[in-house]
Amino acid sequence: MREMILIIISAVLINNIVLSQFLGVCPFLGVSKKLSSAIGMGAAVIFVLTLSSLITWVVQIFVLDKLGIGYLQTIAFILVIAALVQFVEMVMKKNTPDLYKALGVYLPLITTNCAVLGVAIINIQKSYTFMQTLANSIGNGIGFTLALIIFAGIRERLEEADVPMSLNGLPIALITAALMSISFLGFTGLL
Amino acid sequence: MNLFQEFSKGIVRENPLFRLVLGMCPALAITTSVNNALGMGVAFTSVLIASNIVISALRKLIPDSIRIPCYIVIIASFVTVTEMVMHAYLPDLFESLGIFIPLIVVNCIILGRAEAFANKNSIIPSFVDGIGMGIGYTLALTIVATIREVLGAGTFLGYPVMSASAQSALIMILPPGAFLTLGCTLAFINMMQNRKAKKSSDFKVRITEQQVAQPFSSN
Repeated sequence: MREMILIIISAVLINNIVLSQFLGVCPFLGVSKKLSSAIGMGAAVIFVLTLSSLITWVVQIFVLDKLGIGYLQTIAFILVIAALVQFVEMVMKKNTPDLYKALGVYLPLITTNCAVLGVAIINIQKSYTFMQTLANSIGNGIGFTLALIIFAGIRERLEEADVPMSLNGLPIALITAALMSISFLGFTGLL
Repeated sequence: MNLFQEFSKGIVRENPLFRLVLGMCPALAITTSVNNALGMGVAFTSVLIASNIVISALRKLIPDSIRIPCYIVIIASFVTVTEMVMHAYLPDLFESLGIFIPLIVVNCIILGRAEAFANKNSIIPSFVDGIGMGIGYTLALTIVATIREVLGAGTFLGYPVMSASAQSALIMILPPGAFLTLGCTLAFINMMQNRKAKKSSDFKVRITEQQVAQPFSSN
């Protein structure tokens, strides 16, 4: 239990998936203009990331390793993730239409979110057990959401700021992300 | 459009990283050294060229409704091939690029070119487009990596370029340096463009807003 909590804290703060591992930068920059959409995207990522990490772990251990076809990892994982996202979308649409309305737009985008594939591969590379995989993927999902929500909050203020013309838009957003990344470096000695 | 234009558009006018702002994750993560950037560029370019050729060759066979999964499988196969070749012949580079080699699969540029170019054009233009876009991306990665390596480690391709007394700024090699370098580079490009636009006419180019929306929509 203690170990799982350590993995979660490490994934959320110390090795933050966006700010220090650079996974999922595209949605981080794309969906961070409004706080409400950042929260929706974050929730969708936590859900899909956890589910897909667990399924890809099972696929790797019980299918790819058993059959000795580990080299098909990339293809197998991306197909599992793409199929899973479609499936989740269909189930949500039928059973929880409210939730689907809130998260629906973000779901298809998650297929090409490199955080999802990245975390699935990292779990295998670090040879985590099933429970460690669970902790690591929840931690990374929360880390992504935390970074996204903080960033969206800053960017909402930034809209009203008087930014030099050449810095307007993406450049100032990247520099803001740099400052956030510096502040997350402060967590390095935490554990 | 002739072939040379197809080739050159990827390098300057539609540079994938600086103008279309696609493929940010590897551009931030592996640009700690010029060596890594060149390695990533070559791996990326070979996958892009191969997938462009195959997708354009099969463009009449792939049904429209399932084209995206088909593209992903084709791209993933070439990424696996590249991964195995690098593992066998360039183990050091393979180690230092790490997880970002399999992640070429979800690089939005490759899927973007398949969708926007290769499924509408024949094999030769798609091949040329792949080379142009690949070189453009490699060049952009190299520029970012050069700034970070020279300022952060005082070296270029491993050879020292700064005087021994100069203190290197470690922050440029650390994660914040990646965001900072890319942000400043994009701002510099915007500035040059604004200046050019002012000179040529009074028509002002404000590309920034469109660019912010782009990585989201094509992702």
